[in-house]
Amino acid sequence: MDFRDSAEEAAFRARFRAWLADNNPALPASSTDDEYWARQAEWHTALYDAGFFGLSWPASYGGHDLPTVFDVILDDELAAAGAPPRPSLGYLVQGITTHGSDAIKDRFLPGLISGRERWCQGFSEPDAGSDLASLRTTATPDGDEYVIDGHKIWTSYSDVADWCFLLARTDSDVPKHKGLTAFAVPMRQPGIEQRPLRMINGVTNEFGQVLFDHARVPAANMIGAPGEGWRVAMTIVSHEREPGELGYVARYAKTVKELEHRVRADPGAYRADQREAVAWAYVQAEMLRLHVCRRLSERLDGIEHGPGGSVDKLLMTWVEQTVGAAALDVSGPDAALDPDDVALKTYLYGRAQSVMGGTSQIQKNIVATRILGLPT
Amino acid sequence: MDTRDTPEQAELRRAARQLARRLGPRAVADLDDATRTKRLLAAVRDAGWLELRDDAGDTGGEPVAGAVETAIVADALAETVADVAFSGPVLAADLARRAAAPRRDGALVAYSADLVGAAVVGGDATATSTFAVDAETEAGDAAYVLVPDGDGFRLGAVPLDGATGGADLTRAVRAIPAGVAVSRPAGGRLLTRDDVASWTALGLALTSADLVGLMRGVLDVTVAYATERKQYGVAVGSFQAVQHLLAEAHCLMEGSRSVALHASWAADELAPDDALAAGRVAKAYCARAARTVCETAVQVHGGIGNTWECIVHVYLRRALLSSQWFGDDGLQLSELVRTRLTRTGAGAPPGEALRSGSGSDH
Repeated sequence: MDFRDSAEEAAFRARFRAWLADNNPALPASSTDDEYWARQAEWHTALYDAGFFGLSWPASYGGHDLPTVFDVILDDELAAAGAPPRPSLGYLVQGITTHGSDAIKDRFLPGLISGRERWCQGFSEPDAGSDLASLRTTATPDGDEYVIDGHKIWTSYSDVADWCFLLARTDSDVPKHKGLTAFAVPMRQPGIEQRPLRMINGVTNEFGQVLFDHARVPAANMIGAPGEGWRVAMTIVSHEREPGELGYVARYAKTVKELEHRVRADPGAYRADQREAVAWAYVQAEMLRLHVCRRLSERLDGIEHGPGGSVDKLLMTWVEQTVGAAALDVSGPDAALDPDDVALKTYLYGRAQSVMGGTSQIQKNIVATRILGLPT
Repeated sequence: MDTRDTPEQAELRRAARQLARRLGPRAVADLDDATRTKRLLAAVRDAGWLELRDDAGDTGGEPVAGAVETAIVADALAETVADVAFSGPVLAADLARRAAAPRRDGALVAYSADLVGAAVVGGDATATSTFAVDAETEAGDAAYVLVPDGDGFRLGAVPLDGATGGADLTRAVRAIPAGVAVSRPAGGRLLTRDDVASWTALGLALTSADLVGLMRGVLDVTVAYATERKQYGVAVGSFQAVQHLLAEAHCLMEGSRSVALHASWAADELAPDDALAAGRVAKAYCARAARTVCETAVQVHGGIGNTWECIVHVYLRRALLSSQWFGDDGLQLSELVRTRLTRTGAGAPPGEALRSGSGSDH
């Protein structure tokens, strides 16, 4: 058991720290500002071009074939420098890598990893949230293409996306989990309409709604086999639940650091309970950092697409909401008086964490039945 | 970085869990089975686990085993609420090792009345009661105290007598009355404040590991009960309301495991103040988590969980002692506030922190 960097890890850390000193874009925290979302692509390609993105992904597709623990170093250093977190798209890479044909991998992974092609994920629908398998968007074969009709929601970065990782129904005559198929749908075409969603903290650039009205996708863009869509989706969501995959540790550590800085600048201005809330947020963020170290170390034995992601998602959610609550506590009346208060926005943004990627209630169902083995 | 067990650590974990499962109490009534407790104590001694933090060679040298290995045993023993002294004697041996004092069989440490650290005694006799935690059934005759000397401490000892008791039914606490004479062993080495900080970090790591083992053990017991116990014709564990309580408890246990592992590694591998900080993070998280997990276990057991015969209160009681020993979550948080959120960020040296019961406020 060793939490220390190996020689190779230490060299990587030093190299990244040096690069970051000159290349920190000083973007606002992703949770609070549209500017982050507007400039995320720029940050992604900067990281990629410098050799600091996609560390654990295959070198043949633009990654670096490094063990996943290198992502911990990346997140540590991003947090220490107050830099923005790395863009979260590991789950899409896992989905394509696990289920895509060689042709699909060759076509899509390089652009996804380099950031030259932007992606969004079309899973949820207005009437298919937790019950994702009941989704109604259809993909109907038409020659060597499929025609897409339906309505997707909570589609992150849909307004800037070149491609949508879409889950659609291709067979209505089989049980709902068995009639789904995944596609890489080109977003820039006439049959697609974008509608931004304004979230409770005012951010409009993160989530969107996408309406498909006779949009078209080549059959060759199918990811996995017809009817394999549910399995593809489960691979993706199990990784979407992992803080190590998402890089959120850096985001929480950055917020905690800012809170500590604020209190330390004038400790007398804060009550004991406010200072304790910040200390508890620090404990929680540290827990998640160390938990990710452990999880990613376990991956040295091989990657697992299991229910453990639900444990990590719940822990991550508690951390995000504890950090958000600490921000609110420290801000005190400002959060009630100033609609642009950063703490207010951080707190409000955190409420979504217990919903997105599968609600906390769904995660608890998974932990209870698939890990604890409780009867259904 | 690789936080996985080495093959040797994995083997120790397996062996310790096996021993704890074989000889730990399976029911509350087993706590009175003197034959079993004697066998348990003998097995722990024969395994050499009480000597893990003794000097490996000459006095003042490295310990026999690392803090990680020691925490592995603490965690395993707690899983079955094994009623055998382990962390108490091991911490005493570790303190004696740091002071280059000769080994005294069955020695313990006398803790301050708030249990937050080793008692610091300035005069010839103790001014207040002190408490020897984890008193062996066959304990020796001495409990160590810290005697201030210049910038550091000398290792002193008080006679280990007084009544045993305490809320924990698996580990006795001996209340050493005020006014007992302090003897100062000849020779030995001055304990620096760094020595005391490192030793405290070990105490935080071992008590955190104990809490992790307790959480895992009590959850196993509770999941089994929720699977067997039927109401409305079905297992109570099939109800989502019950499932969600247990799922939350499981997550708290997993998060605790991650921080406790790190604290045990940090205790030997990081500089004293960093090791201490890692211990405080772990203890703050584990103490809060263990309280919730044990309370969940009582709740899921329903009425029977509130009876003396149900083993879950044995877990809860032990968690209460492990939480207080070296300071509970509130104490750790106030220490983190002191070290991280004051203008200077420096705070008082560790020795001062040991003496102030609730941590200084600003």
